[in-house]
Amino acid sequence: MNSNTKFNVLRTVLSVGIALLISFGIIFLTSKEPVNAIVQLLTGPLQSQRRFGNVIEAMIPLIFTGVGVSIMFAANEINLAGEGAFHLGGLVATYVALNTTLPSGISPLACILAAGFFGAMVTTVPAVLKIKTESDVLVSSLMMNYLILYFANYVLSNFLRDPSAGAVVSFAVPQTTQLGTIFAGTRIHIGLFIALAVAVFGYIFMFKTRTGYELRLTGENRSFARYSGINVVKITLISQLLGGFIFGIGGGVELLGMYNRFTWTSQLGYGWDAIIITTLAKKNPLYVPFAAFFLAYLRTGASIMARSTDVVTEIVTITQGIIILLVVAEQFLSKYKHKMIAKEAKATLTNETEGE
Amino acid sequence: MSEKVLQMNNIMKIYPNGVVAVEDVTFELEKGEIHALLGENGAGKSTLMKVLFGIESPEQGKIILNGTETTIKSPQDAIKKGIGMVHQHFMLVPSLTVAENIVLGTEPKKSGMFIDMEKAVELSQQIAEKYNFDVDVREKVEELPVGIKQKVEILKALYRGADILILDEPTAVLTPQETDELFIQLKKLREAGHTIIFISHKLDEIKEICDRATIMRNGKSKGTHLVKDISTTQMSRLMVGRDVVLTFDKKPLDLKETVLKVRNLCVAGSTGVKRVNNLSFDLKAGEIFGIAGVEGNGQGHLVEVLTGLSKKYMGEISVFGMEAKKHSIKEIRELGMAHIPEDRMTLGCAKNMNIMDNMFSNQYDNPEYSGKVMLKSKKIEKRVNELIKEYLVKCKSYKQNVGMLSGGNIQKVVVAREFSTNPKIIIANQPTRGIDVGAAAFIRQRIIEFREAGSAIILISADLNEILELSDRLAVIYKGQFAGVFNDVKNVTEGELGEYMLGIKKDDKLEGIIYEQ
Repeated sequence: MNSNTKFNVLRTVLSVGIALLISFGIIFLTSKEPVNAIVQLLTGPLQSQRRFGNVIEAMIPLIFTGVGVSIMFAANEINLAGEGAFHLGGLVATYVALNTTLPSGISPLACILAAGFFGAMVTTVPAVLKIKTESDVLVSSLMMNYLILYFANYVLSNFLRDPSAGAVVSFAVPQTTQLGTIFAGTRIHIGLFIALAVAVFGYIFMFKTRTGYELRLTGENRSFARYSGINVVKITLISQLLGGFIFGIGGGVELLGMYNRFTWTSQLGYGWDAIIITTLAKKNPLYVPFAAFFLAYLRTGASIMARSTDVVTEIVTITQGIIILLVVAEQFLSKYKHKMIAKEAKATLTNETEGE
Repeated sequence: MSEKVLQMNNIMKIYPNGVVAVEDVTFELEKGEIHALLGENGAGKSTLMKVLFGIESPEQGKIILNGTETTIKSPQDAIKKGIGMVHQHFMLVPSLTVAENIVLGTEPKKSGMFIDMEKAVELSQQIAEKYNFDVDVREKVEELPVGIKQKVEILKALYRGADILILDEPTAVLTPQETDELFIQLKKLREAGHTIIFISHKLDEIKEICDRATIMRNGKSKGTHLVKDISTTQMSRLMVGRDVVLTFDKKPLDLKETVLKVRNLCVAGSTGVKRVNNLSFDLKAGEIFGIAGVEGNGQGHLVEVLTGLSKKYMGEISVFGMEAKKHSIKEIRELGMAHIPEDRMTLGCAKNMNIMDNMFSNQYDNPEYSGKVMLKSKKIEKRVNELIKEYLVKCKSYKQNVGMLSGGNIQKVVVAREFSTNPKIIIANQPTRGIDVGAAAFIRQRIIEFREAGSAIILISADLNEILELSDRLAVIYKGQFAGVFNDVKNVTEGELGEYMLGIKKDDKLEGIIYEQ
């Protein structure tokens, strides 16, 4: 491991540590039972099979979104339409499930692929707009999310709504289309395998394939990629398509695995979570499951803590915020890094003089 | 002994990429001298001066200014302490007038709020007259020639009260004629009691104007000498560490078929001004065609359209008989064109990716290194290791990020990649700028080898030595047009080139620029 990687690992670990310490400080200041709260936060998810199941269930959608955004951001496009792609993915999966009658093996597959297709369309719109009109991807992708949200609400209340249900929810998705659970006593569904497969696929795509290489080059230095003969416009589009596809199937899988009806009437925030994940995973899909597990664990712990003590779950939002601030702050520990490099350089200096 | 105005003792500076730029250097200035700081590119001259000017903070060492120890925290701090710096790349606002540039940051105010323009002009005029600088302070900077812009930079420093003036390679952008004028001015400043640090690697200039010289090599000081007591040969030996090979063995010219044909080429800049204006030339396999000229006379725009990076041109560019406009960058590369870009960091590499990723960016879809979907990692790795060895790239392994390498080694990565395809046409734009002597000689040797093997090369360079040494045929570009052509490069002097580069002389016939109609 070279000093740079070592330093990155150290910095991430330290960031997490500092963020947790600050959160503990706040818990001590506000809670009547701080020790219990912290114990619940840190060990709560391990105390029963069901709770640990909750961590894995929460991890599944985070993996999809983390990989999706890693691929989109690799092109150096800050496209945030993943949120919308995920949402639409859930809607499309429901729609297909309710309006087709396919054999039980094929039905979920069809739903998920359709979800992926529409997800890809969502994230590609801002990219195409940029190519055609030079509009800012950040802005248009955020607007896209509102468009999708209200479109989904419209479809839900006009075409999918179950009038016999009390709330605004769709008809129940047939049992044959739902994703089966794999561990009794939890709700962990086969979507877990799909998610892990997507992470491995994402890694192979980015680091082992020709298109992935073109994508990384384009993201790191667009002018250099163009100069090398790469069609940077095409590559950017491919990455947005693929990223959106993964977000879309993520939405489909989440809906078919965890819900039996489409109930999403406000933004779910998966688009934002994805940014936390990809930041922690340093844009490498292979690290995404670990980052997703960490975030899912923290959140599950927080909700257990909130249920059993007087501390609210929002405390982890603070923790998350601090972690991200420290991880992305280039100057954090930069003096230490510089010292480390200077020491290394001085060491090689003396070696060389001795060698002469 | 005369008064010491500055002592820098045991300075060490290590950059964030681990490069030790300056190692235990001691440097002293006496009042009223012109002191040369001499060394190859990358020897640490500029870094030492950045430490003095407060741009970089040193890892160790003391700075003693006028007898008292001090730390210089920022350029503002340096200016306050009477140190002024004229950078190699001018720090002027082109759209403002000379006077506005001179007073920038310390503008005279009217009723406490508004800039007093008349006062600014008056003050600038005064300072220009005091030092006998012939500059019209009401003119806009963008309309001035390079030589005058430099004067404005010097005036700017003087206006801020600089006693010590650092000039970073001031003659690099000047023609021989402008250089002479600068020297007269510098001598006057010396008489007025200013101390000047003159950074350069041009030995004859140092002989001409400097009193003492401190020579640097590889981040270390090789001593300070009285210029009158040391010969240029001695200086160059100290600077390089060995005798410089300035001549290359070239086989006699063996011209083959025409590979590149350019006719009536015009390229407009972003403002609509013609940056390349009606250029025509031919290029044949087996020759090195040099294009000399002061930077910014259309070289960049010419390279952009030749290599397919830009399709916005009028006229004809035919690469092996194919019109460049109708082909993508990739197709032009596949015809056998390689391009060593002027700026290796923006066009030539991705600094956060490793050497391997940087070395096959022009071949990633070659069936030898990639299937339809998957890359053939083993084969790429083998080839990259070969290239690292062949081009003597100093690195730990191919996994090292390119940004961690020194400038010379980054350039070797770029050159290795571009030459690895056995190109038939090489567009080399400033191929050895800013790199150490060893690497430069290596790259020049490679260029000659390709000439011998029958490739056609266009060499664009601001280094007149290089261009005179390598070219078989040489043209001077001035304001987007060829001002002169020399078919017999051996008999051309730098002074003669300078006159064409400055637009003093112009040859309308341009005999030999085109081989056939």
